[in-house]
Amino acid sequence: MSKDVANKNIKLARTLLLVAVAMFGFGYALVPLYDVLCEWKWIERDRPDDIKKVPEVAYQIDRNREVTVEFMTTLNESTPMKFRAEKKQLKVHPGEYYTVNFYAENKTDNAMVARAIPSFSPAVISSYFEKIECFCFSEQTFKAKEAKIMPMRFVINPALPEQYKTITLSYTFFDNTEKSVKK
Amino acid sequence: MSAVVAEHDHHDHGPAKGLLRWIITTNHKDIGTLYLLFALAMFFVGGAMAMVIRAELFEPGLQFVDPAFFNSMTTMHALVMVFGAVMPAFVGLANWMIPMMIGAPDMALPRMNNMSFWLLVAGVLLLASTLLMEGGAPASGWTLYPPLVLQTGKALPFAIFSVHLLGISSIMGAINIIATIFNMRAPAMTLMKMPMFVWTWLITAFLLIAIMPVFAGAVTMLLTDKFFQTSFFDAAGGGDPVLYQHIFWFFGHPEVYVMILPTFGVASTIIPVFARKPLFGYSSMVYATAAIAFLSFIVWAHHMFTVGMPIAGELYFMYATMLIAIPTGVKVFNWTATMWKGSMTFETPMLFSIAFVVLFTMGGFTGLMMAIAPVDFQYHDTYFIVAHFHYTLVPASIFILMAAGYFWLPKWTGHMYNEKIGQLHFWLSAISVNILFFPQHFLGLAGMPRRIPDYAIQFADWNMISSIGGFIFGASQLLFLYIVVDTIRGGTGEKVTAEVWEDASKHSLEWTLSSPPPYHSFTTPPTSIPTEHI
Repeated sequence: MSKDVANKNIKLARTLLLVAVAMFGFGYALVPLYDVLCEWKWIERDRPDDIKKVPEVAYQIDRNREVTVEFMTTLNESTPMKFRAEKKQLKVHPGEYYTVNFYAENKTDNAMVARAIPSFSPAVISSYFEKIECFCFSEQTFKAKEAKIMPMRFVINPALPEQYKTITLSYTFFDNTEKSVKK
Repeated sequence: MSAVVAEHDHHDHGPAKGLLRWIITTNHKDIGTLYLLFALAMFFVGGAMAMVIRAELFEPGLQFVDPAFFNSMTTMHALVMVFGAVMPAFVGLANWMIPMMIGAPDMALPRMNNMSFWLLVAGVLLLASTLLMEGGAPASGWTLYPPLVLQTGKALPFAIFSVHLLGISSIMGAINIIATIFNMRAPAMTLMKMPMFVWTWLITAFLLIAIMPVFAGAVTMLLTDKFFQTSFFDAAGGGDPVLYQHIFWFFGHPEVYVMILPTFGVASTIIPVFARKPLFGYSSMVYATAAIAFLSFIVWAHHMFTVGMPIAGELYFMYATMLIAIPTGVKVFNWTATMWKGSMTFETPMLFSIAFVVLFTMGGFTGLMMAIAPVDFQYHDTYFIVAHFHYTLVPASIFILMAAGYFWLPKWTGHMYNEKIGQLHFWLSAISVNILFFPQHFLGLAGMPRRIPDYAIQFADWNMISSIGGFIFGASQLLFLYIVVDTIRGGTGEKVTAEVWEDASKHSLEWTLSSPPPYHSFTTPPTSIPTEHI
């Protein structure tokens, strides 16, 4: 192999190596990119920012329609907590505001940091389900054996298409004590 | 080192003596041989794991292995076959054939070539070592989805580091191939005269450089989530496991084309030789390959239609995926047109290639079925998808690797393989592979989930038939092992000519060299380029 070709080879190899390193960075860039894309209005994803302290919009209450909202509470793996909603389900009118209390208790003798993640079924209704106040997404600190009543205030936008008669709202509590402490 | 120095002193020297030759070699033919033999060994290791899977699924109920080990088997079978068998086999072919096909003396970066092979061995051994660890080998499926994969025992960091090594090895191999093709071609070998195998590998190498680092990044995030308190995919810390699926499939979809594009290249090389016609639509083949490679980057979420995507997303990924059928169709029609009115003969490499065209097309069609987002909800995570990708990998990639073996073994060794046993190997494989995988379509449509060690009794009959096909297929591959060993040791004893196959030297440069080719070939570039393949 002549020196000339050898130099060309090494130069090209360096360039390609840079591309590979850049692609490694691109993998990480997908993380913020994912969040940005999920902000787009047409992507139905429940975000922490959705729960803003906005003044309650007064909707026209639709007394003729009734939507059943079901509440599910789950503990991830062996999260040592008690967690339940005050009622299993609620019949609501679109446009009217409701408050449901959730009850959570730390069963351990130590302080605990936990976080609840919500999920909807069917997923598409999340943009019609407007939460005014919620305990989800943000870290909740519990003292040893502490119990909390956590209210969730919501309204169903009357624009909700007719075919949705039942909505399931599920919360899962994750124990995040270890990671929070180490940070 | 001395061998490398010696290379510059005497151009006509042979390989170093003894076992050390294989460890320090920088010769593209030696490294190609190492890759191919390693891939063959891993094919049998991964195959043995598949036999464990099929034995357990022979009847409903738990027979031989415990469920955790069964899940390790499905995971390790996939990882070994993808990263240990199919990809290294194609890199081995690239090492052997690309320099000879483009009239180059060797690969562009011979020492890096040696290193990328030995890193591959290290990576696969590290992966295999996880089988002996507390908590067992990874059992989450080859996609390594969190949170499940984070429940792996002691094996997790080892498996992740092994993925890093395999990734570095592939990237180095890809850089070497690109540099070889761009800088080392004989002056008369213009890009649009390159054999299709070279073209498909050039495009594949770019795919590898683009995706392997992304996968390395994804598994590094898993590692830091588990051990360094990050929360990329951990909902407790505000992360999202679905993000992993997006990153993984951004790698994963091009990755499946890494395994199929060189397959296309070999098929486009073999079919014209035995049809005794030029390849139909050479330039359309080149453009179709590039189009498939491009599309592979923008369709990833069709692997996750059921994850809860907006309708717009489902529609986009559905239509984009269907677009792939167009360039792929171009290829299938071109191969068919190449055979049309050709003076065909049916030696073993051609038989495997024809079976590839037919059976790959079936795998492609089931892929098209699953591209339809609303019906994918029925097929997702069932045996239907298992049947689909095994059709595109076993009677496609594996068959073409077998075809390549039969096609080039006489060139590599200077000996002819036993055609009778070759034909027997083909017919046993072609029939049993269908007994093995065709019933899995029915199982999937009936709702049998993938990655389970036990199943409801209504799935019993087809599973038993599938397992029987699996055992026949597995056993038949021992014939290939026999043929490889036999051919290396002298084969039929028949003296093979330089071109081995009738008029092959009109198709590609390697057939103008002696069989076996000299240790250093094309030290001066060839002046005339065969153009029959165009």
